[in-house]
Amino acid sequence: MASITTTASVDTAQVLLAGKDRPSPESLDYAARLRRARLGLVVALTAVVMIFVSYSSAYVVRQGLPTLDPRTGTLVHDWLPLQLPNLLLINTFVLLISTVTMELARRQSAREAATAANASHAVSARPHADGMPWLALTTILGVSFLAGQWLVWRELAASGFYVSTSPSSSFFYLLTGMHGIHLLGGILALLAAGVSILRGSAESSGVMVDVTAWYWHFMTFLWVYILCLLEFAH
Amino acid sequence: MATGEFAAHAVHAHAAPTSWIRKYVFSLDHKVIGIQYFFLALTAVFVGMFLSLLMRIHLIWPAASLPLLGDIKPETYLTLLTMHGTIMVFFVLTTAPQGGFGNYFLPIQIGAPDMAFPVLNMLSFWVTALAFFVMIAAFFVVGGAPLHGWTGYPPLSALQAAGPGEGLGADLWVISIALFCLGALMSALNFITTTLDMRAKGMTLMRMPLTCWAWFITAILGLLAFGVLLSAGILLLLDRNAGTSFFVPLVTINGQLTGHKGGSPLLWQHLFWFFGHPEVYIAILPAMGLCSQLLSVFSRKPIFGYKAMVYAMLSIGFLGFMVWGHHMFMSGMSPYTAFAFSVMTMAIGVPSAIKTFNWLGTIWRGRIRFTSPMLFALGFVSLFISGGISGPFLAQPVLDIPLHDTYFVVGHFHLIMGVASIFGIFGATYYWFPKMFGRMMSESMARWHFFITLIGTYAIFMPMHYLGMAGHLRRYSQLTELNYLHGLVPLQTFMTYAAFITIAGQFIFLFNLFWSMKFGKKATDNPWEATTLEWTTATPPPHDNFGGHIPVVYNDPYEYSVPGAPRDFVMQTDPATVKAH
Repeated sequence: MASITTTASVDTAQVLLAGKDRPSPESLDYAARLRRARLGLVVALTAVVMIFVSYSSAYVVRQGLPTLDPRTGTLVHDWLPLQLPNLLLINTFVLLISTVTMELARRQSAREAATAANASHAVSARPHADGMPWLALTTILGVSFLAGQWLVWRELAASGFYVSTSPSSSFFYLLTGMHGIHLLGGILALLAAGVSILRGSAESSGVMVDVTAWYWHFMTFLWVYILCLLEFAH
Repeated sequence: MATGEFAAHAVHAHAAPTSWIRKYVFSLDHKVIGIQYFFLALTAVFVGMFLSLLMRIHLIWPAASLPLLGDIKPETYLTLLTMHGTIMVFFVLTTAPQGGFGNYFLPIQIGAPDMAFPVLNMLSFWVTALAFFVMIAAFFVVGGAPLHGWTGYPPLSALQAAGPGEGLGADLWVISIALFCLGALMSALNFITTTLDMRAKGMTLMRMPLTCWAWFITAILGLLAFGVLLSAGILLLLDRNAGTSFFVPLVTINGQLTGHKGGSPLLWQHLFWFFGHPEVYIAILPAMGLCSQLLSVFSRKPIFGYKAMVYAMLSIGFLGFMVWGHHMFMSGMSPYTAFAFSVMTMAIGVPSAIKTFNWLGTIWRGRIRFTSPMLFALGFVSLFISGGISGPFLAQPVLDIPLHDTYFVVGHFHLIMGVASIFGIFGATYYWFPKMFGRMMSESMARWHFFITLIGTYAIFMPMHYLGMAGHLRRYSQLTELNYLHGLVPLQTFMTYAAFITIAGQFIFLFNLFWSMKFGKKATDNPWEATTLEWTTATPPPHDNFGGHIPVVYNDPYEYSVPGAPRDFVMQTDPATVKAH
């Protein structure tokens, strides 16, 4: 969270460091900052991909493993097939809508940031909060998705599937839970982006909204992937 | 992980902090963070070394009662072994070369004012420090620290009732590892982005010092490996506390079913070693980069085969992800799979040999300056060869199966992954200390330290190969009373005495470090007459590294003894029109 408090001073620090007369090769114009932030995001998402790659391989391997039945002394499969609740489809729909609203927010703030960057390097006095409603809507949809996932967990538990019931339910809670934690990170980023729209320059909030949006799109994609894995990987 | 939030924090400079706490504790400055990592690793290495000494004492005087621990039971010995391994691998070999020196010198060597994401950098250090405190806390909880080895194989690591230390102690161990993974991922994110996006004008990738290449490749390995360990750790935590059976098969403890069934211990081994093998290179690649740097600087010659060095490091990193199965030859793996892993493993010998011959080519007919960093670089090459040569032995399943659970493997990985990397860290300390602290370290103390450490570590770890070939099993606290091992007791005794002397030698280093900070000779800006960017700036470097300007790079990093040049070295920033090639 410390990043939010420091973003406001970026512009000052940038002026101080770039020197008085000479534009340094590292002068942080909007395009350079956007490039760096996006690069960082791609690298971060690589780590996220590795986490879910390991879970996917564990999922496939574990599904094929037999276990010894101590009563009969034979090898049996302990993987109980899981009926995925229909509520998941509604949740998926909510998340897909949210990725559209997120993209609208991103385009709006990118336009404003580009205008501000072209106009002058000074902090833009023009209000640049037109993307705010879309951002707020995305946040609401994201929270609804998480609430929906919570309801799915409740439904599964009510039908007798707990974390330790069967490896199928263990993986279900694990995959949805890990995705939920990552999406929660996305919601925090959305809140941070909202603050930067209110308090930072158009360029700062443009960068912030942009990477949040790509992170959000990735989380939607990841969710669709997880859903396919749970539904189709047998 | 709220990555987006940090990613957007694209500030590349921040005003110099004024309060003490922002300057030295929660600092955003990569130099301060690097020093913090260094001291974290220094603390960890003394803890780890103390644990190893207790093990060595117990091995030859099994009846002796030890300070703090009393009588050593077999499980106490396993606890020492586990914590020694974990602390050394994670908090020393991974932390010091990358987190410490990488943090301090990567931005300076590529001409950047800081890391790409300073807040993330601060966070990665503090998460790592927290992981260390959690790890140490495992000693002090009920049941003590875990005994499942640094590799944490289930079912031993997954069952609370599996032994003393497998209760809360083991939970803390897993949580600490998971936190460490988070810190390492954040750090990797910063290293990669910084290297790709913040190089000064003229600093093309192929003009980067080999240290920067090593840190960059290490960061890529970390990015791909630590996520896998993190996910495996989460599964283990669930198995331990939520009753799941990812890794635990149907097992009984004292005749009682545990309630787990169907899990696969091999699944853990695959996930763990998919991380664990790249981890070996995470530990040693920075030392390889540093060794290349030092051999060139102190031989006053350009590095032999710069591009070959870069491609060799890249291929070592790439192959490192294909060979994890060679840690699992004992697991009943199909011979065909084992053969594939075996061939891939031996293939790593090729880039390793390229590097070794290039190092020899670099010092060949050089005007060698035998300074303390140079001594450690030469020591590194020696250890890399003698520790590496047993690699192709162990890469063959037919030899690995009899040797795997013996001291042979202990000797192998201590020489190459442990001591060789530590020599890299020592070399880095002696080389960069003047830049970091503004004073020179004492050369005479450094020489004593070097010779004691070199001879001492060989004396400890070389005999382990013979122990292994004689069939001395590892991990056991007491085998000295077995008849067939009786003849090896004098050798074990020799190794323990060697350990005492070597560890005593480390206090020379510790004393030298702190004494020189206060009383060392004042260092000039470029005491080694080296060419890379950190030697163009003040000693110690100002807050923004280059004092308000950003350097422009004109030359390759190893321009020594260039014909026609006024001095025997050409700084990377010298605009003089020297055409070296």
